Amino acid sequence: MIKAILIFNNHGKPRLSKFYEHYTEDTEQQIIRETFHLVSKRDENVCNFLEGGMLIGGSDNKLIYRHYATLYFVFCVDSSESELGILDLIQVFVETLDKCFENVCELDLIFHVDKVHNILAEMVMGGMVLETNMNEIITQVDAQNKMEKSETFIFQSPRQDR
Amino acid sequence: MPAVSKGDGMRGLAVFISDIRNCKSKEAEIKRINKELANIRSKFKGDKALDGYSKKKYVCKLLFIFLLGHDIDFGHMEAVNLLSSNKYTEKQIGYLFISVLVNSNSDLIRLINNAIKNDLSSRNPTYMNLALHCIANVGSREMAEAFASEVPRILVAGDTMDSVKQSAALCLLRLNRTSPDLVPMGEWTSRVVHLLNDQHLGVVTAATSLISTLAQKNPDDFKTSVSLAVARLSRIVTSASTDLQDYTYYFVAAPWLSVKLLRLLQCYPPPEEGAIRGRLTECLETILNKAQEPPKSKKVQHSNAKNAVLFEAISLIIHHDSEPTLLVRACNQLGQFLQHRETNLRYLALESMCTLASSEFSHEAVKTHIETVINSLKTERDVSVRQRAVDLLYAMCDRSNAKQIVTEMLSYLETADYSIREEIVLKVAILAEKYAVDYTWYVDTILNLIRIAGDYVSEEVWYRVIQIVINRDDVQGYAAKTVFEALQAPACHENLVKVGGYILGEFGNLIAGDPRSSPLVQFHLLHSKFHLCSVPTRALLLSAYVKFINLFPEVKGTIQEVLRSDSQLRNADVELQQRAVEYLRLSCIATTDILATVLEEMPPFPERESSILAKLKKKKGSGTVSDIEDSRKERNVNANANVTSSPSSDLLGLGNSSAVNSASPPTSSHAASLLVDVFSESLPVAALGSASAHVIEENFSRFVCKNNGVLFESQLLQIGLKSEFRQNLGRMYIFYGNKTSTQFLNFSSSVVCPEPLTADPVLDGGAQLQQILNIECISDFVEAPVLNIQFRYGGSTQNISVRLPVTLNKFFQPTEMTSQDFFQRWKQLSPPQQEVQKIFKAKHSMDTEITKAKIIGFGTALLDGVDPNPSNFVGAGVIHTKTIQVGCLLRLEPNTQAQVSTAALGLDDLHFSESLASLFHTHL
Repeated sequence: MIKAILIFNNHGKPRLSKFYEHYTEDTEQQIIRETFHLVSKRDENVCNFLEGGMLIGGSDNKLIYRHYATLYFVFCVDSSESELGILDLIQVFVETLDKCFENVCELDLIFHVDKVHNILAEMVMGGMVLETNMNEIITQVDAQNKMEKSETFIFQSPRQDR
Repeated sequence: MPAVSKGDGMRGLAVFISDIRNCKSKEAEIKRINKELANIRSKFKGDKALDGYSKKKYVCKLLFIFLLGHDIDFGHMEAVNLLSSNKYTEKQIGYLFISVLVNSNSDLIRLINNAIKNDLSSRNPTYMNLALHCIANVGSREMAEAFASEVPRILVAGDTMDSVKQSAALCLLRLNRTSPDLVPMGEWTSRVVHLLNDQHLGVVTAATSLISTLAQKNPDDFKTSVSLAVARLSRIVTSASTDLQDYTYYFVAAPWLSVKLLRLLQCYPPPEEGAIRGRLTECLETILNKAQEPPKSKKVQHSNAKNAVLFEAISLIIHHDSEPTLLVRACNQLGQFLQHRETNLRYLALESMCTLASSEFSHEAVKTHIETVINSLKTERDVSVRQRAVDLLYAMCDRSNAKQIVTEMLSYLETADYSIREEIVLKVAILAEKYAVDYTWYVDTILNLIRIAGDYVSEEVWYRVIQIVINRDDVQGYAAKTVFEALQAPACHENLVKVGGYILGEFGNLIAGDPRSSPLVQFHLLHSKFHLCSVPTRALLLSAYVKFINLFPEVKGTIQEVLRSDSQLRNADVELQQRAVEYLRLSCIATTDILATVLEEMPPFPERESSILAKLKKKKGSGTVSDIEDSRKERNVNANANVTSSPSSDLLGLGNSSAVNSASPPTSSHAASLLVDVFSESLPVAALGSASAHVIEENFSRFVCKNNGVLFESQLLQIGLKSEFRQNLGRMYIFYGNKTSTQFLNFSSSVVCPEPLTADPVLDGGAQLQQILNIECISDFVEAPVLNIQFRYGGSTQNISVRLPVTLNKFFQPTEMTSQDFFQRWKQLSPPQQEVQKIFKAKHSMDTEITKAKIIGFGTALLDGVDPNPSNFVGAGVIHTKTIQVGCLLRLEPNTQAQVSTAALGLDDLHFSESLASLFHTHL
């Protein structure tokens, strides 16, 4: 099972954190820092798997990560997941984000945290892979947006914003 | 069109985020956040009702603040309110907030549950999905209680949409994981299995995950999934790459589903039915073949997906461990990956090979790659890959290559990453011991280990080397010589001083003939290290010195001088001071004979599992290491004389060795408790000799009139009895129940019985739980047999002696007779030899029914209407022994007013009367 999905930038600023096991807020922050520490010191072109840090549960867990431009995408998983499978899942996730945001960049993740969460929710649920088919995921996200739009036009009064 | 349009976001949120990003310092950021929190708080508390849009905006801000690592202690209620909104966007953000921020034991769960309940019954698939996601992400017990029966219903309902089915399957999986007791197995299970046939591959993927988890706990309930999974897998594997449309990922057909199906199959042994088995083998072969085909795309994703399936197929092949050809093919395939340019593949290949090495079919094939693996240990840039290489070397090691592997590991150790040094040290130590043919090599290896990585050599490692040297006298001289030489180095590690001190203290005499290592030289060498060492090592050295006094009387003076010095006798450390004082006194007062006895050489340690192995298991989690150990053990039965399978995990066992009469150099911190340990254990051992002194008889009397029950119970052990007797033979079933959570070791029992009874203990089928005693009564007896039980619990030996309730009356055969017969025989008895009469005070109530039951329990027949006085009791029976049969008549005349009874026993044989009479009246 997937225990946590973390996205942070090259400086360790978290851009998304989603935990599928319960930790206290403090521990969650420590896990993010520890993971960043473990992942960021690795060279490019080394392998994409490493043993998890102590906080997330030690060597029974693996960190599977990819580094795209300014962002690290890290999945913390237990031994029941296929390493390469998860690696491809990260790819699907990023490709989906790219399609949804049109050339996704770090800023998109910052300003649309809720959207990123919603896209992720279409792929992973309660720590298990829900859907891997990108077209299916995008169809769902589109449907959500359509609903959102229809509601926005009726109810939103965008001027009074602050 | 992009699915998310960038322009129409929430402006207030964007402004806030930009502000934060523009903050120059952490302080400024915190200030801005606090301002925003205050703003939101006042908005939430304000009189003006917020519209959904504002609520959503504020909740988004809170999420952002939370992501930055700040505690959010409010807003939960607003989020819960959003759940019951009838607008999708608000509902969605409410659920998002809750699944990110609400933990499983929040007070709000009940309110959340209500909202979920409404959404689940809304029949709107989007809302249902949101609700199911929330259950799966929070997964609390209260949620499980509320929805554990609802979710399976949604999952198997005919009209449920595919996307909802997917969510329901994973939701159920999560509930089963967090609260398995609450998820009822039921008729839905078989319908879940049939989801494997579903049209929608997303549903199949989710269902496969669910079934894999459930099948691990209830394999029988989901057995039918095997054939369905094989069929599904076969269809995917043989499909053209375009057949599955959207589920084809970079020209690979449904890789995730294939992986999941292969995982599911790893929950079961190879299918027994020939056809299914054949089909599965075909699938696996196809996967192996496809891996060899030229890639359909140059993209890394293509090879990743293909190899993900391949590695999972290999895992399944290894798991089945039944098809030698497949195993060898798998091994060759992995061998190619060992030199692949993709680091990921090298990593995974090393990892898979580790498990492959434990199969006897492929162990040899794995060994052929030894050079490649050693090479990757030397050249690999990535520490996690090198670590896998170490693991694989450890797994492929056997007698034939042990020396090479240990040498390579030692040389790698010099440059190894600090994070994995301790593990390598443990592995080297284990391999060196396990495959040592000649123990001089073993000693050299361990001393090298201490030299290269002394800081990473844990206590267990040096304890173990001493254990082995002490137990093997062929290596003692060599060990003494080697440590002596190693200690010559100007700077040597403290661990070496410990080993050196211990070994020279025991076996220094073996090299004392050489003038270069004369007693005095040895002593000065050790003492030159003394001042650089920590207190525990110094304590050990002091013990070594006193042992020297025994070994070499000629250095006695020198050593006494050292002990007498103020730095020893008045040392600030209590332990050191005490040792100095005691050792000095001992050396002054005791005669040579006493010294020789007290300071005798350490007796051999009991053979036990290497404590190092236990440590490695603890370190690595029991998984990998023990698997390799267990499966390989069979192959190496003869190879290792020293690793026994006793599951004891404690160390040297100084505390429990039979070191009563030798002042062993005790190890550091245990020093003080050593004596206590020795004494506390020697007591029960002594008691064993005179077993009768401590025999437990507390429940004995209860068994005189009954045959089953609990004989003994302590905090550790319960002994239950079931017995049956016929004529002069009896059979007793003894049940030993371990009441603790740990194992009892060396459990044994024996029966001590007086002459006229024989009992041979038969240990049933090696099980320690039940024991059957066959009992034969040869002639009359008074003393019942004693059951002695001995076992090890924790660190100490437990001895328990219990008197077994085998009494003469057990061999009664009830006899029916008429009133006339009875009195005729009664009169023929000649007191006092043949008739015993006793008057005794009733200990128990004199209830008629109870007394009747007791007489029957005693073994005789109760004869109604024989005695003219109806309040009297009359019984008759025959006692069977091997040689004779003795008739017995019994009369009991209770006197209720005086609370006394007169009991009369009449017997044919006078020997029996006394023993039986005392039994009768004590227990009635």
